Amino acid sequence: MTIRARWTSYWQATPLVVVLGIFFVLPLLVMLAVSFWTYTGYSIAPAFVTDNYRDAFDGCASQFPTLCTTFRTYASTLKFCVIVWALTLVIGFAIAYYLTFMIRSNTVRLMLALLCTIPFWTSNVIRMISWIPLLGRNGLVNQALVGAGFIHQPLDWLLYSDFSVILAFVHINTVFMIVPIANSMARIDRSLVEAAYDSGATGWQTLRHVIIPLAKSGIAIGSIFVITVVMGDFITIGLMGGQQIASAGKVIQTQISALQFPIAAANAIVLLAVVLMIIALLVRFIDIRKEL
Amino acid sequence: MALGEDGEARGKVEFVRVSKAYDGAIAVHDVDLRIPAGCYCCLLGPSGCGKSTSLRMLAGHEIATSGDILLDDRNVTLLPPARRSTSMMFQSYALFPHLTVAENVAFALRMRGVGKAERLGRAREMLKLVDLSALSERRPAQLSGGQQQRVALARALITSPSVLLLDEPLSALDPFLRLRVRAELKRLQKALGISFVHVTHSQDEALALSDLVVLMNAGRIEQQGTAEDLFSRPRTAFVARFIGAHNVIDLGDRAVAVRTDRTAVLPASGVSRFADGDVGRMARPAVVRAVEYAGTGFAVHLVDEGGAELSALMSEGDFHRAAIGEGESVVASWAPADAHALEGGAI
Repeated sequence: MTIRARWTSYWQATPLVVVLGIFFVLPLLVMLAVSFWTYTGYSIAPAFVTDNYRDAFDGCASQFPTLCTTFRTYASTLKFCVIVWALTLVIGFAIAYYLTFMIRSNTVRLMLALLCTIPFWTSNVIRMISWIPLLGRNGLVNQALVGAGFIHQPLDWLLYSDFSVILAFVHINTVFMIVPIANSMARIDRSLVEAAYDSGATGWQTLRHVIIPLAKSGIAIGSIFVITVVMGDFITIGLMGGQQIASAGKVIQTQISALQFPIAAANAIVLLAVVLMIIALLVRFIDIRKEL
Repeated sequence: MALGEDGEARGKVEFVRVSKAYDGAIAVHDVDLRIPAGCYCCLLGPSGCGKSTSLRMLAGHEIATSGDILLDDRNVTLLPPARRSTSMMFQSYALFPHLTVAENVAFALRMRGVGKAERLGRAREMLKLVDLSALSERRPAQLSGGQQQRVALARALITSPSVLLLDEPLSALDPFLRLRVRAELKRLQKALGISFVHVTHSQDEALALSDLVVLMNAGRIEQQGTAEDLFSRPRTAFVARFIGAHNVIDLGDRAVAVRTDRTAVLPASGVSRFADGDVGRMARPAVVRAVEYAGTGFAVHLVDEGGAELSALMSEGDFHRAAIGEGESVVASWAPADAHALEGGAI
């Protein structure tokens, strides 16, 4: 390679580097800097103090083993994260498997894949508001259940509850699992499945020893999508939880609306660190580079 | 690995009126076939002739629409692949990319719940048999095509099958390797004393390897027999054409096949030379369309007056003596004894 050719590739990468630099790296650095600033009820000032981080974990050491507010909030967020991740993984994997291995016609596969994107045809907020007439005390589900005589009192855990939060999360995030998993499954040579069958593998054994290992990278990518979305969410948890459930994202949003930017920034950095640790853990198990 | 416990050959296969239809289209039609134990059998034919479908029905990857398949006198028509004592080697080898060579070979044992130490030990023995011991910890992607092929072979043989099914096993190899692997397959088949059923569209491969050649066309068996049978006594024009090195000559009321090396070509002006002792030779005027050097001689391609194509394989000496050039009028001739009558005419 000549020197000139080597520089060419740098030039080609420049636009993306500029865009990412301005819109991603720079804001991140600003946030990092602001997290060390000081603030009062009506002003913020540049400084280099760690008070914001100390405040974020206020009382966490002294109250231990009782969980402080921050730890409780993270525990709650992580709980949603794990439940939603597990559900979207199982449902998404099943759908991806069905699309890839059970559907023979490419046209039908494409149509069904498009069906999976229907939840995205409306805005997130409208989509969540639409759950209310369905799941509310006098919603369709309760009316049907009462009308059919299954229950006498309407169920009140259908809406503004952990259940409704998880339902909305799973509803919107499953497609983020389906796409990467289906993509890695599509690369599995059909003759491998046949070879496993020829070697006496049952359906489950083929799944465990051939398909899951080969779909691993898709699973990892889907998991990263779902985990980052759920960990940072405050809208879904707010709307579907009736503003009664705390989440790491909700804390930051509350602080921002109180104009307490420095502590909001500190909390955001903590959240970022937590999410990065989860992803680092995932990547340790699975080599994602193979997929890219 | 050697012959079965009592040293007897295994792998007797019978197809009894086996048919396979897909949504009304018939892929295999009423096939009757008997492959003796310890036989190297090639299923030969053009694409879409039903040879692969037949192999897959024997393997258990397709279920016959009607008829029975027997293996060592056991009806296996409806059994799953792993319970037939067959084993398949796939065209693309179908090695598991996420497993090492040893783990690939041990896969069937793992599925049966054989312990790790034992299955990897047996895999190593099997890899020794195919001379790959040094590579047992590699991944398939790190191997050459020939090495991958041997891993696939070892994986297929680890269950000690009675019949090994090979789906175009040599098609992905380069020509030199193909010849070497071909010899190795034959040697292995003899040493194991089991049947190999080998699907191919290459008549060279089939003639070189087979104890039994089964030539299929449009879902039926066109002819079966030893390689020599098919080559020297093709039953139909299709067989003669597919097996190659034959001229199919339409004699009006009947058709005959004449081997190209038994077909002589002389300049039209030199026909008188037939006089010396060759009376009774059949002759046919033609024009030389092309001449190709074929290494062992010259292949002379002709077009006769009816537009039918003929070829003659001439020794270098004969070719130079006859002094034939493209576009020239010649006479192709053959001894009646070399003409083999074909059933069903020249079509």
